[in-house]
Amino acid sequence: MEKNINVTLKIWRQVGPNEKGKFETYKLDNVSTDSSFLEMMDVLNERLISERKVPIAFDHDCREGICGMCSLYINGHPHGPDGEITTCQLHMRNFKDGQTIVIEPWRSAAFPIIRDLMVDRGAFDKIIQAGGYVSINTGGVPDANSIPIAKVDADEAMDAASCIGCGACAAACKNSSAMLFVAAKVSQLALLPQGKVEAAHRAKAMVAKMDELGFGNCTNTGACEAECPKNVSISHIARLNREFLSAKFKD
Amino acid sequence: MWLIDSSIGRKLIMSITGVFLVLFLLFHSLMNIVVIISPEGYNMICEFLGANWYAMIATSILAAGFVIHILYALFLTFQNMRARGAVKYALKKNQKEVEWTSQNMFILGTIVFGFLVLHLYNFWFKMQFVELSGHGDVSKAADGAYWVSQLFSSWIYCVVYIVWLSALWLHLTHGVWSALQSLGLNNKTWLPRVKTISNIISTIVILMFMSIPIYYLLGFGSGI
Repeated sequence: MEKNINVTLKIWRQVGPNEKGKFETYKLDNVSTDSSFLEMMDVLNERLISERKVPIAFDHDCREGICGMCSLYINGHPHGPDGEITTCQLHMRNFKDGQTIVIEPWRSAAFPIIRDLMVDRGAFDKIIQAGGYVSINTGGVPDANSIPIAKVDADEAMDAASCIGCGACAAACKNSSAMLFVAAKVSQLALLPQGKVEAAHRAKAMVAKMDELGFGNCTNTGACEAECPKNVSISHIARLNREFLSAKFKD
Repeated sequence: MWLIDSSIGRKLIMSITGVFLVLFLLFHSLMNIVVIISPEGYNMICEFLGANWYAMIATSILAAGFVIHILYALFLTFQNMRARGAVKYALKKNQKEVEWTSQNMFILGTIVFGFLVLHLYNFWFKMQFVELSGHGDVSKAADGAYWVSQLFSSWIYCVVYIVWLSALWLHLTHGVWSALQSLGLNNKTWLPRVKTISNIISTIVILMFMSIPIYYLLGFGSGI
């Protein structure tokens, strides 16, 4: 049932990558519980603009949980306290009247802050550029069933491919490790015949890039899987370890 | 060298040394419970593992295992802290799926290491070290049962050892499955199985170790 709540927002404000940031507190009254979290942010920004203040910068695009653009570390959780959704799918009904909501950007040395809540996730693009693609000629579309792929493998590859690259895994990890992201991107290709050809090179190149960019080391806490909006499993990390180690031992 | 430069290489070293140390603990705990069954038998093992050449080689490899595991832990922890960046989260919460142990392996490891130093002073320093250096009472150097009953005649030491073993148990419950995951020996079906196996192994090892201070704490060992 719709009702209106009053919330206090503690939001991280930072003018630029090298400036010192700090929390600003805003009070927002009469927020509809039916509104989405980002709509609530829009309302706040409208107010800031009308008060001739600088609005809060935050990333968003599709607002339906598929583009991976929204971020925000809300009340101690990436994409907010609700599970298996992105920030844009989070609704104000998850919050109580009078609650204080703390909103921070992703914090990782590899994701420098651009402004306020907006971080540069170009590091993930660089990892993809290092090997997250198929560069061999696989020909035209093959006849149906000419290359049989086990249902289990197809499902597993599809689950890995559900990763939208939002960066919640690295944001949630106490070590700021990007292993779940890299594991998903390696797995979605390594499980299928077209991707298998370059699997060894891909695993080595992507892991090397990930390490170079300053992400931490995975310690198997499982925080990434618990916070992942697409519920990508840490079993993909075991596959990445396997791919990487067998590639290195073959060299 | 990829074992130092790459994150997965570093994790490989952590897991291999970890598995090696777990195997050592299994071996150590199996020998320890002999002191309950037969103190004479236990002293025979102590004699066998004194300052002999084969025991010295094994001790050196074991010490190397500890040193590498601890140095890599320091190295990895330092890197991981730096990866967060200069500003930490003001508010950070964990989902219930995230085990407390997995987030505190370094703290647990530090506790285990602190007590390990005490443990080496309690036994190794009075036994193998005495045989090696020739200082101290050589006649008691292989009398393991004597040193065990001596130490655990104090209830404080019994409690200290039980606390130490509890920290080690927490360290192992995450460590064993985590090592297998880092080695790539895991998948969706095996994840819960690997965790269960890990819990069983660590519980067996720790119960075997704990049985000794508990045995003395309950007063069964006072007759020796």
